[in-house]
Amino acid sequence: MRTNRLRTAVGATLAAALTALTAGCGGSPTGAAGGSNTNPRTLTYWASNQAGSGIEQDKKILAPELAKFERQTGIKVELEVVPWADLLNRVLAAATSGQGPDVLNIGNTWSASLQAGGSLLPFDDKTLAKVGGKDRFAPSALAATGAAGKDPAAVPLYSLAYGLYYNKQRFREAGIDKPPATWDELAAVGKKLTGDGRYGVALEGGNPVENAHHAFILGKQHGAAFFDAQGRPAFDSPAAVEAVKQYVDLMAKEKIAAPGNAEYGQNQSVKDFATGKAAMLLWQAAGSSLKVHGMRPDAYGVAPMPLQKTADRGDRAVTSMVAGINLAVFRGTDNLDGALKFVKFMTSTPEQKALNSAYGSVPPIVEAQRDPAFAGPEQAMQRAALDGHAAPLPQVPEESQFETLVGTAVKELFADAAAGRPVTTDSVKQRLSKAQQQMAK
Amino acid sequence: MTARLRRIGLPYLLLLPALALELLIHLVPMAVGVAMSFKELTQFFIRDWNAAPWSGLANFRIAVDLDAPVGQALLRSFGVTCAFTVLAVGLSWLLGTVAAILMQDRFRGRGLLRTAFLVPYALPVYAAVITWSFMFQRDNGMVNHLLHDQLGLTADPPFWLIGDHSFAALVTVTVWRTFPFAFLILTAALQNVPRELYEAAAMDGAGIRQQIRRITLPSLRPVNQVLVLVLFLWTFNDFNTPYVLFGRSVPEAADLISVHIYQASFVTWNFGAGSAMSVLLLLFLLVVTAAYLLVTSRRERGPRKARGPRGRRPARV
Repeated sequence: MRTNRLRTAVGATLAAALTALTAGCGGSPTGAAGGSNTNPRTLTYWASNQAGSGIEQDKKILAPELAKFERQTGIKVELEVVPWADLLNRVLAAATSGQGPDVLNIGNTWSASLQAGGSLLPFDDKTLAKVGGKDRFAPSALAATGAAGKDPAAVPLYSLAYGLYYNKQRFREAGIDKPPATWDELAAVGKKLTGDGRYGVALEGGNPVENAHHAFILGKQHGAAFFDAQGRPAFDSPAAVEAVKQYVDLMAKEKIAAPGNAEYGQNQSVKDFATGKAAMLLWQAAGSSLKVHGMRPDAYGVAPMPLQKTADRGDRAVTSMVAGINLAVFRGTDNLDGALKFVKFMTSTPEQKALNSAYGSVPPIVEAQRDPAFAGPEQAMQRAALDGHAAPLPQVPEESQFETLVGTAVKELFADAAAGRPVTTDSVKQRLSKAQQQMAK
Repeated sequence: MTARLRRIGLPYLLLLPALALELLIHLVPMAVGVAMSFKELTQFFIRDWNAAPWSGLANFRIAVDLDAPVGQALLRSFGVTCAFTVLAVGLSWLLGTVAAILMQDRFRGRGLLRTAFLVPYALPVYAAVITWSFMFQRDNGMVNHLLHDQLGLTADPPFWLIGDHSFAALVTVTVWRTFPFAFLILTAALQNVPRELYEAAAMDGAGIRQQIRRITLPSLRPVNQVLVLVLFLWTFNDFNTPYVLFGRSVPEAADLISVHIYQASFVTWNFGAGSAMSVLLLLFLLVVTAAYLLVTSRRERGPRKARGPRGRRPARV
């Protein structure tokens, strides 16, 4: 009897402990419309690593601006700069646990994916009005903030576009008077520039994200959509296969990229370009990184990415995705008003000028774009691309899967090419089909 | 009566904190993981996973469906992991044993050498493995500088971080990292083997080889039993080494199951499927561990006595 009672007591304690624990694991309070104002004095801000020379440089660039914000509003901003490799995982972890920053940077290609999880505060018209209104933002940048027909999950902060960087001196030496406008020209020019341990172009073949971006851009030029109208994946259509093969062929067939590029995943290609090992580079806002590696701005030229044919128009003339960084408010924030004030501050014209000049990006704020600070060749090229030749990556919830799966498939194809194995239409199709099949539903 | 209750209750009361912590740290996360594997936990539900619909065995069915790419990839990864584990554990154990036996006799600089052997084990994983990843780079790495530039063993500098060689790279780094542990444990175990056994054996005319076979190895048996099991579990589950070495997309030849599961969850944001694979892995490891313990302890109970030299039981550790 007595032991029975004891057993019941122990059992009850256990059960209580279990219930408490499992309830604790549920995380954030559910169903809340988002945000509270219980902690109005401070904000936590996760910034992505934008500076070419690393996180410390980011802190140096951001610190004076954050101090300005504190002087204006009395709100202290605790800054953490998160490297790109960790950012998505950190955001996911924050979404799962409900414990996250108040304001954060996201890659704009993840907008729709993160939007689907519901952990970011939607910017409906009322919220947008609080940060200055919809009309302040460039429409192409605002289009990359979430799925069509839904309120944006974030607002654009820095805009970027891909371009072709070329080494002026190497071009002069080889007797080439203008940057290639088509991929055929790029291959021809690249062959002239390849030899003696130097190569025509540097590729970041071991970086899935970089690969996926190029697959997307070339895909547009070939008329491929990686998601159909219903949002279903279509990775291995003939046009997509052609696009991916064309990119990998820069190494496999044209041999104008060093085989070693197949394992590049830590921006080694930027360094190869800066140190003259490669004469061309396909990159977004490379300027600040090139400076870090000792290449002066007058040593390189910037041109739009090549097309298939110069006469191409519309989608076939896409030279970049709408790249960039968005600013989002975490739904679990405990300082909602402060967070929106911060968003308004960061997207204000003076801040946009200061930050985008420092990072070599283009402001997504129409008013700030007119500033002469953004008339330099690098930013002029990006603006021109964003104005008429950039398409947003598919704004579907599965976008981040597309980047990783297709990007990894391309990485494996580069590995094949580097090892001297043939890269054929069949082998490309096989890899892409496999990537698509992993989108298990 | 209350006194008796108190007397009976006291041990339970004293156990309670340990029990609560055990629950908190081990059992609850495991239970949560198992529960997750029965849910359709995709990106749409990560914010509030209580709202994710129950999916029954669907996640498991996807994981073991060998006609579909997900199941095939999992099986492939499982095969790679098995081969990797056998090789890495075998080599680590062999190296550790040889090193421990060689270091058993006193000689000048033994302490220094022993310390040097432990360095790979003492280094932080990330620092150690990232250094290896630099060394394995094709164009600027030290490995190719040695093999290709200086020794001229290969016609072309091979890739180590992508393609088929990545398996060899992974085994190398893992053995380098784990053999010091085997070395450490076996060194300690050897201290407990009585010297007289060797002296007696030498008097009877046993050579070094016979001494190792008849005295050292049987004396180490109980330690080896645990050591091999622990090495197996660690190696089979190793996540850090491949992840730091290869980054987010691991080459197929080195696609260990723990990284594979991580990718299945985080890359496709399908945490239910990832949990299902983890549960399968847990079951597999449980079965292997149980079978291993059953076999090894039965063997120990059996013809044990006959093996000890002159019927003396080797000291237990």
